[in-house]
Amino acid sequence: MTNDAAFVEFQRVQKSYDGEVLVVKDLNLSMPKGEFLTMLGPSGSGKTTCLMMLAGFETATYGEIMLDGRPINNIPPHKRGIGMVFQNYALFPHMTVAENLSFPLEVRKIGKDQREEKVKRALDMVQMGAFGSRRPAQLSGGQQQRIALARALVFEPELVLMDEPLGALDKQLREHMQFEITRLAHELGITTVYVTHDQTEALTMSDRVAVFDDGRIQQLAPPDLLYEEPENSFVAQFIGENNTLDGVIKSIDGDTCVVKLDDGSEIDAKPVNVHTAGERTKVSIRPERVEFNKDRLHADAHTLKAMVKEFIYMGDVFRFRLSVAGNDDFIIKTRNAPDAIKLSPGQEVEIGWLAKDCRALDA
Amino acid sequence: MTDATQSGPMLAADGTPLKKSLARSLRRRKVRALALIAPLLLFVLLSFVIPIVSMLFRSVENGIVSETLPLTVVELRNWDADSGELPDEALYAAFVKDMIAAVEAKEHTRLGTRLNYEETGMSSMFRKSGRNIKRLDPEADAPFKEKLIDIHEGWGEVETWRTIKTHAVPITNGYFLNAIDMRRTPEGPRAQPEDKQILVKLFGRTLFMSLIITGACILLAYPVSYLLATLPMRVSNLLMILVLLPFWTSLLVRTSAWKVMLQQQGVINETLVWLGFVADDARLVIINNQFGTIIAMTHILLPFMILPMYSVMQTIPPSYTRAAKSMGATNWTTFWRIYFPQSIPGIGAGSILVFILAIGYYITPEIVGGTKGVFISNRIAYHISSSLNWGLAAALGTILLAVVLLLYWCYDKIVGIDNVKLG
Repeated sequence: MTNDAAFVEFQRVQKSYDGEVLVVKDLNLSMPKGEFLTMLGPSGSGKTTCLMMLAGFETATYGEIMLDGRPINNIPPHKRGIGMVFQNYALFPHMTVAENLSFPLEVRKIGKDQREEKVKRALDMVQMGAFGSRRPAQLSGGQQQRIALARALVFEPELVLMDEPLGALDKQLREHMQFEITRLAHELGITTVYVTHDQTEALTMSDRVAVFDDGRIQQLAPPDLLYEEPENSFVAQFIGENNTLDGVIKSIDGDTCVVKLDDGSEIDAKPVNVHTAGERTKVSIRPERVEFNKDRLHADAHTLKAMVKEFIYMGDVFRFRLSVAGNDDFIIKTRNAPDAIKLSPGQEVEIGWLAKDCRALDA
Repeated sequence: MTDATQSGPMLAADGTPLKKSLARSLRRRKVRALALIAPLLLFVLLSFVIPIVSMLFRSVENGIVSETLPLTVVELRNWDADSGELPDEALYAAFVKDMIAAVEAKEHTRLGTRLNYEETGMSSMFRKSGRNIKRLDPEADAPFKEKLIDIHEGWGEVETWRTIKTHAVPITNGYFLNAIDMRRTPEGPRAQPEDKQILVKLFGRTLFMSLIITGACILLAYPVSYLLATLPMRVSNLLMILVLLPFWTSLLVRTSAWKVMLQQQGVINETLVWLGFVADDARLVIINNQFGTIIAMTHILLPFMILPMYSVMQTIPPSYTRAAKSMGATNWTTFWRIYFPQSIPGIGAGSILVFILAIGYYITPEIVGGTKGVFISNRIAYHISSSLNWGLAAALGTILLAVVLLLYWCYDKIVGIDNVKLG
């Protein structure tokens, strides 16, 4: 796993708070310089602990964390030179915005003139140039967020950590800031580790996403691969909307397999982490990959009978809830196009999909 | 949309003006609220406000001379106190009439006591003369001047009459002058004789020692509060109980415990002697002086400093210190530039609480203070219960109250009372 080009590297890192339970189990991760990596996972999955270990506020119970080729386990946080944006911004309430930004420069003993210039540049960078003399309490949430970002960047760290920085903002502002943060990160060429539990944020912002669960990285991949080719059922469930059907592998033939569902019907699927016939599996299909327009279905593809339970109008898409092979929460989506077919509750339809879109995963 | 087209005041659904309707609906709530607090309000008024106001009023009230000797007071107006001559017969006659009535009503000893505050010896003069004056007949026995001087030679001294004239006013500043080591004389306010000047010194000592106690409390409480606020819940709860345990123990018990600890045959001295740090014949004097008072009061008032400090520190999120460290600040810089400034409201709240409690403290200085370590409140208590000079006690109390209010006002100007958090 050791990679010479790695800028940040976790080597077999474990962490336990009480000596009984491992919060982080055998974490291996390596990041090249300039990458925007997101740690995504439900709360309690160990992602924030990893971030805190990297920042130096928690120590690894076992394993090494390397920064630019140097082990940093024994370096105190203030000597690591890592910028950090906190969940609630942690702007010092007793200082003005400019003083907040000037603080990291002061402790680095940078001269007054240079300090003022850097503070000004950082404020301009987040379009907050006019707010230097305000107190944090006089700013809105979005403005505080920008200041926190500017403060983490003002001393030009090579690595910036962000701990759910957009959690407290409303949806519109959050989307705007997502764009802003990625733009800055790429413009300045900073390596960024971003922690969130919001999958949209992870997908839209990152170069790569590490999905955490139960103290392990379940999958580390670019957003498109993560969505389209989840490697296990946790990732498939966690990222995006997903339909699952339970069954047993009937036969495997290279890139395709036939799964016998629990109600007896058979479907085509792509085996991902199943290996032998007779193994139990969960097959996963994205709602938008399900086809119910008979003309578009492959002639020899397996199809399933479905009963429409509910129609949900969402503007840009139609969303239907179907009952398929004993699963009453089977969702399909179709774009609100001129030729879109509207199904009505109670209607029976035949549905199918391409075998490569239907992934047979661990049960 | 009838509201928009309607002219004049807004009307409620039944046609009454909306404002009136609103006031009516709120009035019931106000009456209810008032009814709920009425018992407490009444209790506080009767048991707290009225007694205090009437007590404070005693600091200027001085009706006793003019009430007991009404005729004499009228005659005294005609007498020139600076002439150096005794008053004329008319005044003596008026005085005898007044005294006969006063002795009848047993008021003359009270008057003697009152005047004794100003001129030592007056009390016994009134008491002794009272018996003899009672036997005189206001008509038959005139003239009285010689007879009175025969009864007690004090009546033949100009100074006696000057004192009575000076204090014949119904509202006096005499007690306040006494409270700051001065006295009311016919020539105006004058300093008390040297040997009677103790109160200003005592005020100064009270303020000074309260400052030291407050300072000691800050130094001791800050680290403890910091630990309380930062330790994990389970440990900090235990620590909190240790802090509160003395808080729940009787004040007398704690003070007495300090007496046991600090006296010359006490635990500390015995231990030091046993360890050989202190010679047996040179035991430390750490009680019945200022040192004893400071130690015991610091201990007793410590929770009042810890609790507000703790409640403020608890609201300082750890992410601030983390943020500072991530920006490169050392532990000391983080503390001094980030943590400490945010904990100042706690220090302010604790200090003002401890200081105000300290300058009015009574029990502890009384028990461990000896003569050198007592506070102004002990003097007030002395005048209330031993010397019975309630006027002076009230004047001292009023000054103390004024000092506290003044400090409170200064504090509000400097720190701002909004910054004080008690919980």
